[in-house]
Amino acid sequence: MARVVFTPNVQRHVGCPEAEAAGQTVREVLDRVFADNPRARGYVLDDQLALRRHMAIFVDGKMIRDRVSLADAVTGTSTIHVFQALSGG
Amino acid sequence: MSDRLLVSTRKGLFTVIRKASRWDIAAVDFLGDNVTLTLTDPRDGRSYAALDHGHFGVKLHRSTAAGWEEIAVPVYPPKPDGYEENDMWGRPLNWSTAKIWALAAGGPDEPGTIWCGTLPGGLFRSIDHGQSWEMICALWEHPKRKQWMGGGADLPGIHSICVDPRNSKRVSIAVSTGGIWFTEDGGDSWTQRGEGMRAEYAPPEQTHDPIAQDVHCLVQCRAAPHRMWVQHHNGIFVSSDEGKTFTEITGVEPSVFGFPVVVHPNEPDTAWFVPEIKDEKRIPREGKLAVTRTRDGGKSFDVLTGGLPQTHAYDVVYRHALALDDPGDRLALGSTTGGLWVSENQGDSWTCVSHTLPPIYAVRFA
Repeated sequence: MARVVFTPNVQRHVGCPEAEAAGQTVREVLDRVFADNPRARGYVLDDQLALRRHMAIFVDGKMIRDRVSLADAVTGTSTIHVFQALSGG
Repeated sequence: MSDRLLVSTRKGLFTVIRKASRWDIAAVDFLGDNVTLTLTDPRDGRSYAALDHGHFGVKLHRSTAAGWEEIAVPVYPPKPDGYEENDMWGRPLNWSTAKIWALAAGGPDEPGTIWCGTLPGGLFRSIDHGQSWEMICALWEHPKRKQWMGGGADLPGIHSICVDPRNSKRVSIAVSTGGIWFTEDGGDSWTQRGEGMRAEYAPPEQTHDPIAQDVHCLVQCRAAPHRMWVQHHNGIFVSSDEGKTFTEITGVEPSVFGFPVVVHPNEPDTAWFVPEIKDEKRIPREGKLAVTRTRDGGKSFDVLTGGLPQTHAYDVVYRHALALDDPGDRLALGSTTGGLWVSENQGDSWTCVSHTLPPIYAVRFA
């Protein structure tokens, strides 16, 4: 199961505790996390379910490349960090 | 008379109330967050606040007896597979709410109905006090919608929504840029309105094309809905036929450029504007903040400066930052440099509430 860690800055808007979920891609893992926390989805993803423009996701320390489909690969031991980008003020 | 004012700013929502001898800030909500607009529904007293968290997107909150609660935000439908639509720069247009730019209550016969205009141009309606939203697809899918362009913002957006007080199914909206659009069937079909407006910034072939018009603000008189006023990128326009045609008002000093307009609820010939040096500058002329008022349908204007700063004032007043209370006596004015003024005599004189607020995006009597 991949581990998902959210930026502390989002916590005052919507609780996003650290979570674990299975999946082979970032999309699959996040879909499972957001199924249990649906309000958090709109804070991370836009209306088309792409990563928001000023958000960033890292898998094992590397920024993902596919911000639209979130198809970057994840392993069972991966850690996914959902952070704010420095862009966006 | 309204004794309460909601002031939306870059760093929070300020509630300002009238006390015995002055207006004071009574509460601050969402401190530190970007509050872009509010609506207080006159039918039930509920308030709605739009926030733009930047990183985390646009959110909506609704007032309750216990404080604010986050509610649903308008969401664009999934873009169909293979569907291509680009923005002005040729990049794929993201069908996603980039900003809430207009909030309006439905008519008295439609309790719970709220209209919401957004960037990049979607119009939404809620029939359950904002618990859920539906896109007005007939407008979004209108073939001419793709001719809308960004104005002050990179993306086109709906900033004005006027629900006809005689018939809630008749709604006029204004787009920057895209002119004025009208429905008489509650949003099922739309027609372009606004003949007579003029776009200096467009080539001659498009100067008078209604879809090329950069309407900054559109308002409709409650008691005489045939009367509409427009503050346009190129000046002031007035309509006497519900927005079908407009007449330009020229020669208004100190300027015809500006963003907001408000119309008296019972006197269609009375309207207020905030003039600035035209588009390439966007500051008060000679550093003197002023409000202009006509009482005769635009034949003449009073320049109102009493109590407003008259030296080195560079306050810009955005389209939602001039408000008139329900009886039409009190005005409030908020600026980009954090100035907030209230007038209790239709603009003849103004009192400064604060000049140290964060940049003000909207003021509304509540």
